[in-house]
Amino acid sequence: MSTEFIIAAIVTIVGLTTPILLAALGELVVEKAGVLNLGVEGMMLMGAICGFGATVSTFNPWLGILGAAAGGALSSMLFAVLVLELNSNQVATGLALTIFGTGLSSLMGLSYTGFIVPVFGSIFPASLASDPYLKVIFGYSPIVYFAIAMVPVVAWFLKSTRAGMILRAVGENDLSAHSIGYSVKGVRYAAIAFGGAMAGIGGAYFSMVITPMWAEKMTAGRGWIALALVVFAGWRAGRLLVGAYFFGILMALELYAKAAGFSFLPSQFWAAMPYLMTIIALSVISMRDRSGGNAPACLGKPFLPST
Amino acid sequence: MRIKLEKRPEPSTLMAFATPIASVLLTMAIGVIVFDALGIKGEKAVIDIFLTPLLSSYKWQDVAVKAAPLIIIALGLSIGNRAQVWNIGAEGQYIIGALAAAGVGIAAGGAGGGIIITLMILAGILGGTFWAVFPAFLKTRLNVNEILTSLMLTYVALQVLGYLVGGPWKDPNGRNFPATAPLHADQTLPILFPSTTVHLGVAIAIVLPFVFWLIMSRSVFGFQIRVVGSAPDAARHGGFDAKQTIWLSLLIGGGMAGLAGALEFAGSLKAINLGFPSGYGFTAIIVSFLGRLNPIGCLIAGIVLAVTYVGGQVAQTTVHIPNSTAGIFQAMMLFFILASDILIRYRVRFIGSPKVSALPAAGE
Repeated sequence: MSTEFIIAAIVTIVGLTTPILLAALGELVVEKAGVLNLGVEGMMLMGAICGFGATVSTFNPWLGILGAAAGGALSSMLFAVLVLELNSNQVATGLALTIFGTGLSSLMGLSYTGFIVPVFGSIFPASLASDPYLKVIFGYSPIVYFAIAMVPVVAWFLKSTRAGMILRAVGENDLSAHSIGYSVKGVRYAAIAFGGAMAGIGGAYFSMVITPMWAEKMTAGRGWIALALVVFAGWRAGRLLVGAYFFGILMALELYAKAAGFSFLPSQFWAAMPYLMTIIALSVISMRDRSGGNAPACLGKPFLPST
Repeated sequence: MRIKLEKRPEPSTLMAFATPIASVLLTMAIGVIVFDALGIKGEKAVIDIFLTPLLSSYKWQDVAVKAAPLIIIALGLSIGNRAQVWNIGAEGQYIIGALAAAGVGIAAGGAGGGIIITLMILAGILGGTFWAVFPAFLKTRLNVNEILTSLMLTYVALQVLGYLVGGPWKDPNGRNFPATAPLHADQTLPILFPSTTVHLGVAIAIVLPFVFWLIMSRSVFGFQIRVVGSAPDAARHGGFDAKQTIWLSLLIGGGMAGLAGALEFAGSLKAINLGFPSGYGFTAIIVSFLGRLNPIGCLIAGIVLAVTYVGGQVAQTTVHIPNSTAGIFQAMMLFFILASDILIRYRVRFIGSPKVSALPAAGE
């Protein structure tokens, strides 16, 4: 294997990892607040189309990313109102959000078929970003650096800030948090909106960086991988980064299996690999920690204060 | 004025019936508004999607054929949903069921007739059940989240399908197109009414809800499922085995999805290509909730959802809206039905309004 091949492979892996890392970081915060939002896939698609649409209208990918975050966050509010105000079932409501986002993004995307958007310029000087070797560090879209930077930010927020402490308290014991006087609903609204915004940016990575074009259902189930990733990481931001890159490598296998001499197995085997490995990884994690691990105690349960 | 929710002593039966109907009507009303806002003739679009399929006897066939798999899958999923066991991988179980039926058809060679068709249907049920064994095993043994495993297996099923129809099962006379050879005429399901597309699967979809209703309302098993879902602690004290419930929920869900796949293959499509997965497994989740997890409810809700599919195609040609629009309507119905769940268990009271002075406000 030549150096060029390795560099190309790393660039591919980073590209495949970034959207699931973003979406999973958002969902981590949501779940830490005690809410299970299965609508990640739908929010990613809403982010993908809103980011794309905003870029087409403004010719500015930075505003596009804002649009993606807004699209994801707005669609997450549908879910938030239902589960927080009406105590609807979180699993079913999240599924509804995914179905809704898939349909609505297709409808919104009709008028954007065939468009190509301006892509991000590099934030590093061209001598670094375009260097055949150094591009492995400097040659990515700003979203990639944002995603990686958000890992320590989220970890620090959850662990060391007062707001993060309140958020974790709401997720671990909503009734106690409520009786101390914290706004359980307020915290959960904020967490769900953050999760939506992050999923939206993750989705926009598909339509604004990878292709950069809009296509129906272009996130291809990555939202579900992101959900699995949160469990896999044991609800810890640091492990999320490791897990995301592990899955990124698995997804790259499909693309590189032939080149690496694995063509004795059908391509479908490699395409199924990330999903099979997700199941295996979740099983291994559960085997190690039978009690359900670090899952927030109130995860997925409705908040029913007596007053 | 303040809105207060008051817990009902008993869940409201009236609300359980009224809210699904209200959800469909609200979805239609919002549809008109949204389409008008998008510059599409809203009234026409909504009428085409929800009513036109019901007014034409020709479209009725389409509705019946599309409703059949939705109803059958939803019946199985309702059991799991009731017990709070979440199988969202019905789509994968549906695919594997159809592939198993196709495998029997291919293995039979030129043979056909009632026995082969019966074997194909049984293979479909077994195939779907087999695909649900993994989430059930992992959930009961290792406490792995069944939502994620059942869904991941749907993506695996898609690859199995791609491999089989593009490789070993590819039609040699198919111009290199990835699809199985079409079934022989005597391997397909009988047609119920001459010169229509209404096949045996439709009859099965009409009979099964009543069978399920009998089982759920009259048997210990039905009681167990209902108790486990609504009062898990009571179920534990009552000696109902939670693991057994998980197994049964997932296996029945898988078996029904597999049955639906086999019937759709042997009754409607007669060959499997990459376009075979149509999302019925996901839409059936909506059917299950819109039918209030009740077998007869699933029958009605399955027809409603099938109407939106057929109507979506009508609207595609008449008002030029994309096929995906039907999906938005289906999701809206699910949102409304979930939002209105609260009305079954709670009563809405308006407090403090001068018009409702019969209720003294607290603290006065």
